[in-house]
Amino acid sequence: MTEAADPIIRVRDVTVQFGATKVLNGLDLDVRRGEILGFVGPSGAGKSVLTRTIIGLVPKLSGSIEVFGIDLDKAGKAERRGVERRWGILFQQGALFSSLTVRQNIQFPVREYLKLSQRLLDEITIAKLVMVGLKPDVIDRYPSELSGGMIKRVALARALALDPELVFLDEPTSGLDPIGAGDFDELVRTLQRTLGLTVFMVTHDLDSLHTACDRIAVLGDGKVIAAGTIADMQASQHPWLRSYFHGKRARAVVGSP
Amino acid sequence: MTQQIALEGGPSLERIARGEGLALCASGSWTARFAPALERLVAEAEQIADSKPNVSIDVSGIARLDTFGAWLIERLRRNLGQDGAEARISGLSTNYASLVDEVRQVGTAELPPKSGLSLRGPIEKLGRTMYAFFDDIVALISMMGAVLAGLGRIVIRPTSFRLTSTVHHLEQVCWRAVPIIVLITFLIGCIVAQQGIFHFRKFGADVFVVDMLGVLVLRELGVLLVSIMVAGRSGSAYTAELGSMKMREEIDALRTMGFDPIDVLIVPRLIALVLAVPILTFLGAMAALYGGGLVAWVYGGVDPEAFLLRLRDAISIDHFTVGMIKAPVMAAVIGIVACVEGLAVQGSAESLGRHTTASVVKSIFFVIVMDGVFAIFFAGIGI
Ligand SMILES: Nc1ncnc2c1ncn2[C@@H]1O[C@H](COP(=O)(O)OP(=O)(O)OP(=O)(O)O)[C@@H](O)[C@H]1O
Ligand SMILES: [Mg+2]
Repeated sequence: MTEAADPIIRVRDVTVQFGATKVLNGLDLDVRRGEILGFVGPSGAGKSVLTRTIIGLVPKLSGSIEVFGIDLDKAGKAERRGVERRWGILFQQGALFSSLTVRQNIQFPVREYLKLSQRLLDEITIAKLVMVGLKPDVIDRYPSELSGGMIKRVALARALALDPELVFLDEPTSGLDPIGAGDFDELVRTLQRTLGLTVFMVTHDLDSLHTACDRIAVLGDGKVIAAGTIADMQASQHPWLRSYFHGKRARAVVGSP
Repeated sequence: MTQQIALEGGPSLERIARGEGLALCASGSWTARFAPALERLVAEAEQIADSKPNVSIDVSGIARLDTFGAWLIERLRRNLGQDGAEARISGLSTNYASLVDEVRQVGTAELPPKSGLSLRGPIEKLGRTMYAFFDDIVALISMMGAVLAGLGRIVIRPTSFRLTSTVHHLEQVCWRAVPIIVLITFLIGCIVAQQGIFHFRKFGADVFVVDMLGVLVLRELGVLLVSIMVAGRSGSAYTAELGSMKMREEIDALRTMGFDPIDVLIVPRLIALVLAVPILTFLGAMAALYGGGLVAWVYGGVDPEAFLLRLRDAISIDHFTVGMIKAPVMAAVIGIVACVEGLAVQGSAESLGRHTTASVVKSIFFVIVMDGVFAIFFAGIGI
């Protein structure tokens, strides 16, 4: 794995254990500033666990993690808050606040950090909703009144509410129709270009890997077994990678046998 | 003419007269961090530039732009663009153009109005609450019917009875409740005896405290206290369990697999409760009598032998029977209210909280109403 000049996330030798099973075992990973990193691996490999470990929701047995050059284990409360202000997270299940409306969900982090007029808050909320491909009329609905794909989109709008520098997306396009997923990839690209956004995206969507991601990292046996561009992945001889990128579904996406 | 509204290190919006029209030159960081300041800048610029025709917005000086900044520029353009005047954005780098294009799709007229406060609100709420009360009664009765039907199915096909589940719930609501129930009824027994002795002593009637304690504990206090505690402890747990299963569509999943939630979830819980409350009532009554006897001995000087003799004279088996007859009925009331509330939970965490509260409040209310009904009934038949 090549050393990045300016890693925004730097994971070194991280081990995470639940009971007797090691989910992550001495994992190293760099995410470079301004890139879209696609993170793949079999179901249950520990992609969500790694995401949650980086964010600090899952305690690690050993190893170190730096985000924006700050080691979150050693950071004080104010420093940690500063980091939290600069990232946005889309959880696999959406994790919207069920007793708040869509409007309140999106405005919640903004109110916490910025003193804005209600008018600007509402306008920004609508702008975010339109950006993630929703109609503004969902603004006063509760999460239980939304479809699965709409929940994903609202959760993304909330993750982007403060225009973060870094976003963690846990399977953002699962549950979206293919056209919506394509628009989503496009949106992530646009945001990366314009805002210099860095994206850590866990995904199973081969289309996303092809169209949106700059680099791909593969998780297996608790480690990153490969990292590189999509071309590197397709050239890899690793059995899982071969069946992943050359399987029936992959051929359908690339359009070549 | 050059005016500047600048901020240290932050964004600025410079106004430069350009021939006929006016150029607004934006520079600095137009990002979320500076959003409050940006909002002020844009509002001021709108006011001053309002009178001028032919305004252009030059954004070539902007160092950083995000959706907050892009939206504010777009808002400025729209507001200046109204009433005949023409506003253009110039100097947009290709990077930022797509972002501005994104926010351009946002309509402003689409803001749904927020409903305001009015006098009608509270009155309407009162009416709805009254209606909801009748709905509650209907829901309770229909649940009772559904449970009876479920019990009927078990009688017809005893193998369909879920023994494991029932035993599990029995452990939760009975066995684990024993320590706290015994402790609290014991203390209440002590307090009742102490108060009785304190007041009866004035008439020299210390020993009648035993009569009072016996009748009160066996007839009323034991079953009421236990029911209220069970409502708070197990009724609320039932509502929360069923409610969160409802929230995550687990109950729908059961139904689609051909299971009746009444049979799988509710009947075992109710049977466990109906068995548990009489047991707890018995234990509670004994603990209260024990506590009362202890206080009578230590504080009132009634020794245990005299206490037991007096107790044997004062109470008959009827008092005990009355308490024990009430117990399973109270249990059924608590269980049915808890299950109805649990199944009424909607998608949000707040709704779960509201129904759990309602479950406890309503079951305690119904327990007390039932107790009154029983009092009238037993007085009527003369025990
Ligand atoms: N809190 C936990 N306690 C015990 N084990 C856990 C916990 N969280 C996750 N695991 C285990 O860790 C492993 C990795 O789970 P994880 O959710 O990270 O998978 P994933 O790679 O995200 O899979 P998917 O692609 O299906 O989302 C799984 O075997 C899971 O059972
Ligand atoms: Mg996952």
